[in-house]
Amino acid sequence: MSLFQLLNGLTFSALLFLVASGFTLIFGLLRIVNLAHGALYLIGGYAGYTIAVKTGSFLLAGLAAMAFVALLGGALEQGLLRFVRAAELRQVLLTLGVAFVLNDMALVVWGGDSFTVPIPSALQGAVSVAGVIYPKYRLFVLLVGVLVFMFLWFLLNRTRLGALIRAGVDDVEMVEASGINIRRIFLTTFVLGSALAGLAGLMGGAFLSLYPSADAEILTFSLATVVIGGRGSLEGAAVGSLLVGLLNNFGQVLFPELAYFVIFGPMALLLAFRPLGLFGRTA
Amino acid sequence: MSGAPMKIDAQLPTASPANGWIVLLGVLAVGLALPALVSGYYVSLGTQVLIFSLLAMSIDIMAGYAGRTPLCHGAIFGVSTYAVLYGVSVAGFPLVTAIALGIAAATCVAAIFALLAIRTSGVYFLLLTLALGMIIWGICLRWTRVTGGENGIRGDIRPAFLGGNVPFYYAVLGLAAVLAVVMWRFVSSPFGMSLKGIRDSEGRMQSLGYNTNLHLFLGFTMSGFFAGVAGAAYALFNNFVSPSTVALTQSVEGLLMAIVGGVGTLWGGLIGAAAIILLENIVSTYTERWPTVLGLTFIFIMIFAPEGVLGKLRAVLTRFRN
Amino acid sequence: MDRRTFLRNSALAVAGSGIAAEPWRIAAAQATPIKIGLMAPLTGVVAAGGKEVVEGFQMFWDSVGGEIAGRKIEVTVEDDAANPDTALQKARRLVEQANVHFLFGNILANTGLAVANYVKGNGTPYFIPVIAADDLTQRARIPNVVRVAGYSASQTPRPAGDYALKQGYKKAATISQDYSFGHEQCGGFCQTFTEGGGQIVQQFWHPLNTADLSPYLGQIANLGVDAVFVMETGADASRFIQQWSNFGLKGKIQLVMCQNATDQSVIRTLGAEAEGLVSCAHFAEGSPEPSTQKFVADYEKRYSKLPSIYGFSHFSGAMWVAEAIKKVNGKVEDREALLTAVRSIELSNSPLGKTVKLDPYGNPIYDIFVRKVARRSDGKLWNVPVSTYPSVSQFWKYDPETYMKQPSYSRDFQGIKKT
Repeated sequence: MSLFQLLNGLTFSALLFLVASGFTLIFGLLRIVNLAHGALYLIGGYAGYTIAVKTGSFLLAGLAAMAFVALLGGALEQGLLRFVRAAELRQVLLTLGVAFVLNDMALVVWGGDSFTVPIPSALQGAVSVAGVIYPKYRLFVLLVGVLVFMFLWFLLNRTRLGALIRAGVDDVEMVEASGINIRRIFLTTFVLGSALAGLAGLMGGAFLSLYPSADAEILTFSLATVVIGGRGSLEGAAVGSLLVGLLNNFGQVLFPELAYFVIFGPMALLLAFRPLGLFGRTA
Repeated sequence: MSGAPMKIDAQLPTASPANGWIVLLGVLAVGLALPALVSGYYVSLGTQVLIFSLLAMSIDIMAGYAGRTPLCHGAIFGVSTYAVLYGVSVAGFPLVTAIALGIAAATCVAAIFALLAIRTSGVYFLLLTLALGMIIWGICLRWTRVTGGENGIRGDIRPAFLGGNVPFYYAVLGLAAVLAVVMWRFVSSPFGMSLKGIRDSEGRMQSLGYNTNLHLFLGFTMSGFFAGVAGAAYALFNNFVSPSTVALTQSVEGLLMAIVGGVGTLWGGLIGAAAIILLENIVSTYTERWPTVLGLTFIFIMIFAPEGVLGKLRAVLTRFRN
Repeated sequence: MDRRTFLRNSALAVAGSGIAAEPWRIAAAQATPIKIGLMAPLTGVVAAGGKEVVEGFQMFWDSVGGEIAGRKIEVTVEDDAANPDTALQKARRLVEQANVHFLFGNILANTGLAVANYVKGNGTPYFIPVIAADDLTQRARIPNVVRVAGYSASQTPRPAGDYALKQGYKKAATISQDYSFGHEQCGGFCQTFTEGGGQIVQQFWHPLNTADLSPYLGQIANLGVDAVFVMETGADASRFIQQWSNFGLKGKIQLVMCQNATDQSVIRTLGAEAEGLVSCAHFAEGSPEPSTQKFVADYEKRYSKLPSIYGFSHFSGAMWVAEAIKKVNGKVEDREALLTAVRSIELSNSPLGKTVKLDPYGNPIYDIFVRKVARRSDGKLWNVPVSTYPSVSQFWKYDPETYMKQPSYSRDFQGIKKT
């Protein structure tokens, strides 16, 4: 396959990783399939867009998107999910209700027009990559994806918080039994995951645009990614997003008829025969 | 690896068969009187409530009785709708043949899903059925030659004697009554009991010698059969089908109806369907914010009343008796 | 403005009924309001367009004081949520509960087809200024469904095919959303282009709301074509225009856009990447025609934005039906008479400035502009006409009966003439 298509797949995968990494951490530790994750992405994108247009600064927009969605996620965790602890299915369905509300509220606030986050001038235009002319911004997304992976890897493997998160993904009861305030770790993880979704919304909003059903679309990709990669695993999120992103891209080029099957087929098969995905571990 | 069985309701005593028949006859009496009480449009709304309560009840067989919450029954329902409309409008079959085709198609799809899904439970079961439903949706959307793609299939398939709102309503009322009784007897039968046993403790049932996989497979397939009958009725109701009918939102709304009414109560499906459809009708008169209202309902129910209307009622009655 | 506010305002806008010297029975009938059911997607992916449908419609009725032929106008707005099942439910509610005299609206083809199928059964007049499915005014036409102020999908791309030939393009590709509207628009372009000697090298179809169009852009760039016919709407259109520019393809390969892709609803949030894009349409908000400019100015004053096809079509559609209501002296209860009147109206004071009438099949005949996206003096983007194809019907230059013998446009049949 051509380098051009490969880069397309990789850059889309990078965006998916940003969304899926937060999703998998929440799923892994809190065991919640956060169906509002797509809505958090969309609202992060819209909020970032508003700041970017007002201030002209992409960086500020990124920080604002992350902060705003982190707050929203925190409120969600403390304000609502807290009431349905230890009842996983109720939590999942509650997040679904939240997704409906957030999506509709976003429609009220930002309207139904399609918005694109303005790309900073330094990242506009294209560069030559091994003979292929490719947009700078998409390469930037790829870079951010890699950097976020490195940051999360460091966080999970070299900090105390990360150790606790990983332990909690494996066995929550043990962590609680050793006297750790697991509630605080839950909240921190949820906030972190939400912030990542917000960042993804801003970054995605610049080359995929933002509109009322973008949340459902990114959510379905994230679900597939996390299921394939395995819950709670950073490596799983990375490999999962690579697979889903590349499959989606090449699927569109080679088998446009089977666009959805290419993503949901593997997801369904994995769930049926290996629900842990590629890198997930038993609880 | 399967998670622990996920159930939303608490352990509630089931109504005795005699009470059940009394309630059923009461509801039927109200149903029969409806066209005399309200105008034509509300009669068609009543028809819609009946069709969707069948969907919600079929979901409850899995969510409430087998303890596996699915997000694919909307797709199974819609497959039947597609098959019926395709059969009459495109293939030119007689209506009865097309209806049989629709129900058979839905049952087959459910069987295939069951083969893949029964070894999982809890959240994984939910996600797997979600993915399987999405595959059906993708097929209906992209296989334009057969399904009409985005435009769907339309027709004029209702026989003339069922043409008006009121005759069709009575036909659906009769169908719903019969099917509801069948479902009720199904979940009250020894087979239904063993499903509940699997819901409560799969391990124990296995050690007692039950072939739990076979039970779940049959339960899932039967629930698909019932959803398929509802889907066929929907084809006659709308004379139209499009990918929206098999979309995830259909499964989500069906599940919500089952939950609002009370998972594990079966009759909750009727209450939930009535509540959601009537609520939507009222809310959309005043505001466009129906999705918000729906979402808030979901949230409210999950936090305060996960056992649903009938579940809460039963809990109250039990406390009263004690 | 929500529906209830609109109803209240309409009521307030009415002057005294002022009917004099009529037999009391007819006066009583005519004093009751004319009820219109307007359906539009107010939630979902085309929510912005849906809102503009309602705005354009409201603007017309307000401009005539909420009253026609001595009867008050009462519009009930329903959200079809871009979902055919919901559209059917709302249509039923409007017809059977609210007892509207006729239906208007919808945007997405499948919602329109669902409602058309429903009204076929009960005879309620249904007016569709945006629903463009070809066959609704061709092979599958329904007597009570009329496309006032609308256009059929393949109608506007045919002049585009001719324009492409005149520009000297020999090889073209098409990229389109994969649904019937896209199939029909591309079919219209391809048939004209190939019948004039052009060659269609490849056609690309993608699902609606494809976030990432880069796989297609990559392939197009390597095809060696002179031009690409672009059939995109909504968010897909914005994304295409931006991604085309980001990939450095703007200016390298010529684009011929469809009407929706350069509609205000798309270009008003875009920048330089949209400048200079060519499309063919019956409406150009930058047209110097005085009645167009007046409409645009009024619309902009009221809604702080330039009108899109959604607002324009429903304003004109309302105007059209208002003329018909006047022609039948307000007796909308007589459906036959109303529909006959609608079909016979020659609308002379529409925002297009030219007289518009329907062909015998229920679809308007228009002068189609070749228009370009340009910057207005205040920096906003709008479409300015460059040249005109006069009196284009849905059948182009073909004889209708002969034309309808060929299959409907679909993925498989694009009218491509084999050489």
